Amino acid sequence: MSSQQIQTGTVKPVSPLPPSPSLGGVASLPVAAVVVEGLWSSVWKQFKRNPIALAGLYVVCFLICTALLADFLANDKPYYMHYRGKTYFPIFRSYVIGTGLTQWPAELLNVNFKKLQGSEAIFPPVPYRPTNIDLLAPYETPSPKHWFGTDRLGRDIMAGMIHGSRISLSIGFVAVGIAVIIGVVLGALAGYFGSWVDLLISRLFEVMISIPTFFLLITVAALLPPSIFLTMAIIGATGWVGIARFTRNEFLKIRSLDYVTAAIALGVSNRKVMFQHILPNALAPVIVSVVLGIAGAILVESSLSFLGIGVPAELVTWGSILHEASSATFAWWLAVFPGAAIFITVLAYYLVGEGLREVLDPRLRGLR
Amino acid sequence: MSSYIFQRLLLLIPTFIGVTLIGFLVMRLAPGDPAELRAAGGLRGAGEGALSRGKVSAVDEALMQWRAQYGLDRPLHVQYGIWLKNLFTLNFGESFKDNQPVWNKIIERVPVTTKLNIFSILLVYVVAIPLGIYSATHANSLGDRVTTLAAFILFAVPLIWAATMAIVFICGGDFLYLFPPAGLESLDYSRQWSFWQKFKDQTWHLFLPVVLLSYDGFAGLSRYMRSSMLEVLRQDYVQVARAKGLNEGIVIFKHVLRNSLIPQVTLLASLLPALLGGSVIIETIFSIPGLGQLGYESVLARDYPTVMALFSVSAILTLVGILISDLLLAVVDPRIAFGRRQQ
Repeated sequence: MSSQQIQTGTVKPVSPLPPSPSLGGVASLPVAAVVVEGLWSSVWKQFKRNPIALAGLYVVCFLICTALLADFLANDKPYYMHYRGKTYFPIFRSYVIGTGLTQWPAELLNVNFKKLQGSEAIFPPVPYRPTNIDLLAPYETPSPKHWFGTDRLGRDIMAGMIHGSRISLSIGFVAVGIAVIIGVVLGALAGYFGSWVDLLISRLFEVMISIPTFFLLITVAALLPPSIFLTMAIIGATGWVGIARFTRNEFLKIRSLDYVTAAIALGVSNRKVMFQHILPNALAPVIVSVVLGIAGAILVESSLSFLGIGVPAELVTWGSILHEASSATFAWWLAVFPGAAIFITVLAYYLVGEGLREVLDPRLRGLR
Repeated sequence: MSSYIFQRLLLLIPTFIGVTLIGFLVMRLAPGDPAELRAAGGLRGAGEGALSRGKVSAVDEALMQWRAQYGLDRPLHVQYGIWLKNLFTLNFGESFKDNQPVWNKIIERVPVTTKLNIFSILLVYVVAIPLGIYSATHANSLGDRVTTLAAFILFAVPLIWAATMAIVFICGGDFLYLFPPAGLESLDYSRQWSFWQKFKDQTWHLFLPVVLLSYDGFAGLSRYMRSSMLEVLRQDYVQVARAKGLNEGIVIFKHVLRNSLIPQVTLLASLLPALLGGSVIIETIFSIPGLGQLGYESVLARDYPTVMALFSVSAILTLVGILISDLLLAVVDPRIAFGRRQQ
């Protein structure tokens, strides 16, 4: 009975998208979906044993820290300053000012902290903001003063890269967050209800797969007013198909398991069955595509800002620094550092994703 | 088989309509109006305050006329209907930018992009398949570990970085001058050149764009090839082939290779759209007058007819890619077509 259900459940009603080779013919293995208690702790235990994946995880953590601490790593304001007999903590103060509780004292309003006479100050390791323009120092080669050199407007590249990590990080998480919401909901609906719902949603998958995504992205990004949030939304709205397909396949498998039948027989509502009973067990394979999706979103965003669309012109991102290199080919530092940052970030997410895949995908065990 | 093909072809129609409808709606619902953009450089640019009221209304009138000429004043569904109807006669309308028929603009550029992409696909398979075979037959050896790691790292290299590094370090500039930084032929390229001269010049110009377009493809594909080959190698019939004393070369190339190639065929479908996306970046960076560059320029100029035309061309290419790989799959793996018939 149960095996027959699985059979009818897994037959795809419309032409299947080319299955990726790692997926071929597993859909009828209900065993893979059985989750014992403490899955995540056992996943972590196995993940820890893979030094390369762990290194990727460390890099991701490092990037998150850099993004969170960007204001303290690269800022034109000092941490601490003693000036005209008073002590200030300008960076901290600027946060408080951001909340509207206080204001700059008159003698510090719109001043260049580095040029204040007779002050003692401790500056961050990179004493610039990415927006500090210094027209007297365009295209400076890397030196102790500007670690990674400066660009056409004399902006410090190191500062741009530190603050750019915020953009790439938030793009990754927000865009994939949107993709996960769309993908999981649609995939769950298709897999759970089957029949015409599945038919309709699978048709939508096919349409989305056939869309020239990158072309659609540049079209939308170029037509809408440049904004980082819109870019995130667009990347998310076009990147959910993979997640939806994984979710659908998992739901198809799990739906025919006895515990789900039992839950339905007990009269649990559809929504509860879908999201409380099935979803937690369906997440494992989805997680891998989420991690890889973050890397993909970062790549897409950097390509968009490289092409000069989607992000406001004054915003410094890794992609926009890289773009400057293509018109100033002598300034090798503009090409090397931001590109390396994108590369390392993407590689780190790939490593984490691959490490997770090895742990979560039972078919890969014994392959290596 | 023929009914399978017919069924698949029939299914292409709603998919195509869905794809182009999304593209159409996205373009039309986005804020901004090509008529305004067109006028912005001229009349509007003078500043509305500087114009007398009479002149402003004259500008508005001109804009209205222009919208009417291109049918932009009609309801959206009517516009889409007209567009779809024209499509069947291969009439993509005229470009907003220079009033040239869009069809001509596209035809002009198709050969360039096709050339780039065909060479790239060839390179992807020529490099990836042998590499995958090597890795799988020498699984877990030092050579396998090195190539697998190298492929993994290569796969993570962003195209924009690789291309910019190439431009900065090996295309003139302050460093090496190994390859040309732009174009597909030298400035003094002439038809009178001997075949060999032409061939050398073209190869020199194509080399870098083709390699850049294909490196992540062969990095990815070689890993797929490795794993699918390993999967086949573990199967019983391979054991049998070895047990009956066949030499290893025959086992690998006759029995294993065929079956492990099946999944690679399907990857062609996902390779095509990726290449088209890559073409936008590569053609923009290397100033290659292909479809990608045309797309980028038309998008920036809000040239709706050209953008829509390119959108449908790449959608058709993608759909055909998926269709071909499904058909090939049905040819090499008869179970697929049978499964369909049973439904």
